[in-house]
Amino acid sequence: MSNLNNLTISEARDKLKSKEISSLELTNSCLSAIDAADELGAFVHKTPELAIEQAKRADERLKQDNAPDMCGIPLGIKDIFCTKGVKSQAASRILEDFKPEYESTVSQNLLDNGTVMLGKLNMDEFAMGSSNETSVYGNAINPWKVDERGLTPGGSSGGSAAAVAADLCLAATGTDTGGSIRQPAAFTGIVGIKPTYGRCSRWGVIAFASSLDQAGPMTKTVRDGAIMLEAMAGNDPKDSTSVNIEVPNFEAMLTGDIKGKRIGIPQEYRLDGMPSEIEKLWLDGTEMLRQAGAKIENISLPHTKYALPAYYVIAPAEASSNLARYDGVRFGRRAALSSGDGINELYEKTRAEGFGPEVKRRVMIGTYVLSAGFYDAYYNRARRVRALIKKDFDEVFANGIDAILTPATPSAAFGLGEMSEADPLQMYLNDVFTVTVNLAGLPGVSVPAGVDKLGLPLGLQVIGRPWEEGDMLNIAHSLEQSAGFSSKPSKWW
Amino acid sequence: MSIDANTAAKVAKLARIEVESQDLEALAKEFNDILGFIEQLNEVEVDGIEPMTSVTPQKLIRRSDVVSDGNKQTSVLKNAPISREGFYAVPKVVE
Repeated sequence: MSNLNNLTISEARDKLKSKEISSLELTNSCLSAIDAADELGAFVHKTPELAIEQAKRADERLKQDNAPDMCGIPLGIKDIFCTKGVKSQAASRILEDFKPEYESTVSQNLLDNGTVMLGKLNMDEFAMGSSNETSVYGNAINPWKVDERGLTPGGSSGGSAAAVAADLCLAATGTDTGGSIRQPAAFTGIVGIKPTYGRCSRWGVIAFASSLDQAGPMTKTVRDGAIMLEAMAGNDPKDSTSVNIEVPNFEAMLTGDIKGKRIGIPQEYRLDGMPSEIEKLWLDGTEMLRQAGAKIENISLPHTKYALPAYYVIAPAEASSNLARYDGVRFGRRAALSSGDGINELYEKTRAEGFGPEVKRRVMIGTYVLSAGFYDAYYNRARRVRALIKKDFDEVFANGIDAILTPATPSAAFGLGEMSEADPLQMYLNDVFTVTVNLAGLPGVSVPAGVDKLGLPLGLQVIGRPWEEGDMLNIAHSLEQSAGFSSKPSKWW
Repeated sequence: MSIDANTAAKVAKLARIEVESQDLEALAKEFNDILGFIEQLNEVEVDGIEPMTSVTPQKLIRRSDVVSDGNKQTSVLKNAPISREGFYAVPKVVE
């Protein structure tokens, strides 16, 4: 049987359970696809032996009737997840050859559900970037191609997005601090879910900005996202911000019925100079939800404009603290020292050669905004603005809005290298529609909903109420059905 | 707020990242661009607003103060760039 790697999770689940296919066949199909796709730069550490062993175990488990839905499903895991005995570097030179002695809770939850790990996926270094161009492994490349240019798959979960869009795996894990799941999902025509903060454990996920980081699934369909999120989520005593709240059967909530749902359209997301294609996509999406019976209402989120500047204080501040652990002593790379060098030279040289330019920039900005004399003016002010951003959402939801519809990104995928001459702020604008959701701790999902004039995918974002991923996904599912986006990149790699 | 090369050097020192002196001017310019962008926050009226500590309305969960794990010296040292006799090895820190 060929091209099993093209299956969705829900299709594969049904075929696995009916014994039409085995996990080993499915896994081998993905492994062949991966080996033929080195040009995409998606998989950076392949684990075929492990995958085959896990697939065989899954096949044993599938002989029983009560195997979990994810049993036997081959996945790619973002390099930011610590995976026992397998290199986990968050795409940084400073974690060169780091092999964790433990497994992250999210990847362990997936393994407990019988999933198969095909390997580790490319990303921006420490998840800092929106184009996968800050990775120590080199670029990941978008499988969508319209001319001679190589396009970015987005970032930071660029390898995950490229791998899923190119059918190298059935789905992948991602993490999202400011849009790092939703933006690459939109750039590659797949579905990306950022759950409510606290839904998925952060334990064993290499930290960037702890109050914003959240893991989530990147999948081919909304249904797959619902199935996989259920397997990833759950309370974890090892993460003190993990919330002890029941994980529902998200898939069962995809009824397709959104009659009477009140959908908010935030006026502040209508940016000056927004490409007309994005504007049209948003209007089309609004109309699809209206046709499906939802009530569309204009809403106001007045502090939206300040989300990106607040984020670029809070995220670097937390990063500067989290990344202080990379000192060349306990793990990862240590710089060669000259005679007479002491402990400070050890730190400074190791960090100078171990971190890339974007990571250094953010660590230093974070150090500055937290330093004596500036803490109140920058960090505390940003946290106050963050409280106001959350309050905007709280008020809208208190008024009965069920979910919010926005574009996922301000553009389609751009060419690799096109932003290299621009100042870093241009790159930061990629997250303009997604970053508010992290600041407010809300769930958000990016759904492919159309193409631009070149034929590149564009995504819409549905933002849900806290802990109501099920309702949010049901609305996203309705949007997905109406939009009928089914294009796939044609294979050039 | 404008950052000069001296301030950039001080920040690099605080962050324990070695920066060559010829790169400090460019670094200072990058800082100024980003801080200029952040300055927008000064337009927001924040009087009486508490800085957010958590997006979830829950107190940080505490665990009981008991030993739950241990005896993993080999595991702990496994990824150390240099270890000796069961310890991490670093340049001399005390005279």
